[in-house]
Amino acid sequence: MSLLHQVRFLLRITRTHDIVRRYFVVNGFDGALTMLGLIIGFLLSTSADLSVIINACLGAAIALGMSGLSSAYVSEAAERKRALGKLEGAMVTDLQESAHGEAARLVPLLIALVNGAAPLIISLLILIPLWLSSAGIPLPLSPLYAAIIIALLLIFLLGVFLGRIADISWLRSGLQTLLVAVMTAALIYLFAGH
Amino acid sequence: MVSVRRVVLDILKPHQPNALEFSRAIAEIGVDYRVRLTVLEVDEDTETIQVEVQGSAIDFEMIESTITSIGGSLHSIDEVEVQSEAD
Repeated sequence: MSLLHQVRFLLRITRTHDIVRRYFVVNGFDGALTMLGLIIGFLLSTSADLSVIINACLGAAIALGMSGLSSAYVSEAAERKRALGKLEGAMVTDLQESAHGEAARLVPLLIALVNGAAPLIISLLILIPLWLSSAGIPLPLSPLYAAIIIALLLIFLLGVFLGRIADISWLRSGLQTLLVAVMTAALIYLFAGH
Repeated sequence: MVSVRRVVLDILKPHQPNALEFSRAIAEIGVDYRVRLTVLEVDEDTETIQVEVQGSAIDFEMIESTITSIGGSLHSIDEVEVQSEAD
């Protein structure tokens, strides 16, 4: 059995594939909005050095990744252990060596990886213009504005992904998540812009 | 040489993997295995199934180990068909 097939099998028998998908969107959205907020905050502040902005955003991205990783692992390991215990009670047998026992050990790790990687990767993608600019590569617009555009694009794409899951209009779903991002930006301007 | 041609097993298993995946896992053990699965009873977390395996030379230990590895529990061997052949 290939690794991918095995992972899909374990997710299916524990009925957790929808949890992985949900965590990816929820924490990915968290990462994108956090970066958007940070970058808009820097835009509204006195002009900070690009390396300071990159370090602050990178610090937040790593913290989001670690938070996603650890919180999902702790909670999912507890949930899987409980579910396995309930199943063992119903079966009146030890399932540690079965596929269910393997799932109880591996599924929390997999969910934690997705939950931690989603905000980290999305944050790193948003920071690309800042790195390019600090490396001396000319950009058609200010790196902070370019990063905001990437953040908005990724938030729109997360909405499109949600739309496809729910089998509703991808455009409407994408615009809904984009609206949340625009509202977030407006609130930041309102409260931090003075 | 004695070959096991058919066994009927009484098994308790969780709802997942489902009947189709369960049968497939057993059928994959041998090249000519024919598996017939019947769900006898469904409870909240488990289901009792009857599995009939037919083949020219059934490896019972392997079937038992596969059932355990995918979360099932073999309760009893209800029917057996064994054939003796000249070596």
